[in-house]
Amino acid sequence: MMKRTFIRLMIAFAGMAMSFAPAYALVEININKGNVEPLPIAVTDFQSGNELGAQISQVIAADLQRSGLFAPVNKAAFIEKISNPDQQPRFEDWKVINAQALVTGRVTRESDGRLRAEFRLWDTFAGQQMTGQQFFTQPENWRRVAHIIADAIYERVTGEKGYFDTRVVFVSESGPKTARQRQLAIMDQDGFNVRQLTNSNDIVLTPRFSPNRQEITYMSFEGDQPRVYLLQLETGQREVVGNFPGMTFAPRFSPDGQKVIMSLQQEGNSNIYTMDLRSRTTTRLTNTAAIDTSPSYSPDGTRIVFESDRGGRQQLYVMGADGSGQTRISFGDGSYSTPVWSPRGDLIAFTKQSGGKFSIGVMKPDGSGERILTTGFHNEGPTWAPNGRVLMFFRQNAGAGGPQLYSIDLTGYNEQLIKTPAFASDPAWSPLLE
Amino acid sequence: MGRTDTSAMSRMQTLARNPAVVALALTLALAGCANKKNLPNNAGDLGLGGAGAGAATPGSTQDFTVNVGDRIFFDTDSTTIRADAQQTLDRQAQWLSRYPNYAITVEGHADERGTREYNLALGARRAAATKEYLAARGVPANRIRTISYGKEKPVAVCDDISCWSQNRRAVTVLGGAGM
Repeated sequence: MMKRTFIRLMIAFAGMAMSFAPAYALVEININKGNVEPLPIAVTDFQSGNELGAQISQVIAADLQRSGLFAPVNKAAFIEKISNPDQQPRFEDWKVINAQALVTGRVTRESDGRLRAEFRLWDTFAGQQMTGQQFFTQPENWRRVAHIIADAIYERVTGEKGYFDTRVVFVSESGPKTARQRQLAIMDQDGFNVRQLTNSNDIVLTPRFSPNRQEITYMSFEGDQPRVYLLQLETGQREVVGNFPGMTFAPRFSPDGQKVIMSLQQEGNSNIYTMDLRSRTTTRLTNTAAIDTSPSYSPDGTRIVFESDRGGRQQLYVMGADGSGQTRISFGDGSYSTPVWSPRGDLIAFTKQSGGKFSIGVMKPDGSGERILTTGFHNEGPTWAPNGRVLMFFRQNAGAGGPQLYSIDLTGYNEQLIKTPAFASDPAWSPLLE
Repeated sequence: MGRTDTSAMSRMQTLARNPAVVALALTLALAGCANKKNLPNNAGDLGLGGAGAGAATPGSTQDFTVNVGDRIFFDTDSTTIRADAQQTLDRQAQWLSRYPNYAITVEGHADERGTREYNLALGARRAAATKEYLAARGVPANRIRTISYGKEKPVAVCDDISCWSQNRRAVTVLGGAGM
């Protein structure tokens, strides 16, 4: 059901013979500086014989804007009309409207039916091209090409990998709360191209991506036996993870994709286990009478953060990948749960409950430097963009019929609703796509 | 009804399998109830009872739900069986001893004021605490299955304590007659 044909993207650095004076790049964003002033950028409609050129530029501009690092200039202010994207633009026309960066491009149909999309990124104040690339793909993948171009622009300007050519798997919720229907679904990170992955009445929860395969792990109540499953995205094939004598839940992959780490519930007691997907061997990592759950590996695979109420309320703990040295790291007011280690390794995101509010925050792996990014009636379940700069989570406002997905950057200033066709929860960001 | 089973339980099973017969039995029971309408109605003491609570056929699911009470409630983040819950579970244990052919499932639930994974574990703890209590009151543990639904199956929907306290529950579900 999940036939996903991955486009082959031929990325060619366009040796589009144009040379300009050597660089003193003005256009640069340092995203380590905290609250960054967004960079004004003009994204012109790509030249094409139809509406596709404008659609592609719209997707690019929306990606850049949602990142909070770019401020696309209103098209109505544009002075120069780009008639030939291969020619050097009139930089003065762009400087006067304060567009510090300019994107031009063209989309054409190859004789074999494929789309060819090419773009150039210009530094208008330095008066030079910063980068130029072209891509070939099937016409139905035009949004993906736009995301890849947005990633190239983001990377060139910030010096960091982009995250626009990614997907999010989540739980799509419909129907009244007392009879909620839940299906796994997948979409592009901007909320487009939503596709349902399951179609049953069973409760499904907490999907998470494999770091290196077209596969997710999740929890399902199929047959009234709540257990962790694997789902192959390309074939729709499912299998139970392990043969455990109780409910398994809160699954995640190890960074090498070889293990699933999860909780096993036995009577009133929840402990953390791994299962090696090759050897099928299981290893117990915690052994307490407490609720130990929500494990998440550090990106180098050497450590695991998890939540436990062994000290009373839920708090965050870090241990070695073999379960050694279990150390509490959260000490703030309230309780902490759903920890997720950043792909950069530098931070752990979490849900915090305090004073009747639910917040999303981050702290360093040693527990220092706690920062709350957003607080409200109910915010839960952060997931990291693969570049470790943006989080997605779900929020339910008081009185709302159901949850919705939001993203927020690490400054906490740039919060965005991700529109979905139905209520949505449990987002999990994909790694960068191949 | 045309049967002369000597065992009350086997008669109940027969009834439960035949909807038409159940309907007839209920009608008779309600008529009986109407004749006694001036008597004090103590259904309120029995938890979930309401008007006509005593009407359910003894040994039926309805009898269990209405006259015994199929659910208990918990304090926030707690798995302690409260005093009111103990009374309900004591009645459940008595009833289950009287009708020993029912297997049961104890469903543990949490309110929505917690995160998903923790609530799954919390619901499991509540179900386990309930099972333990029933077992200590003589219900064989091998009759009792437990499952946690975490915060995924609320019964009351609002954004304040009046609903949350109803959702923090363990529900004893009769898993069908016969083991």
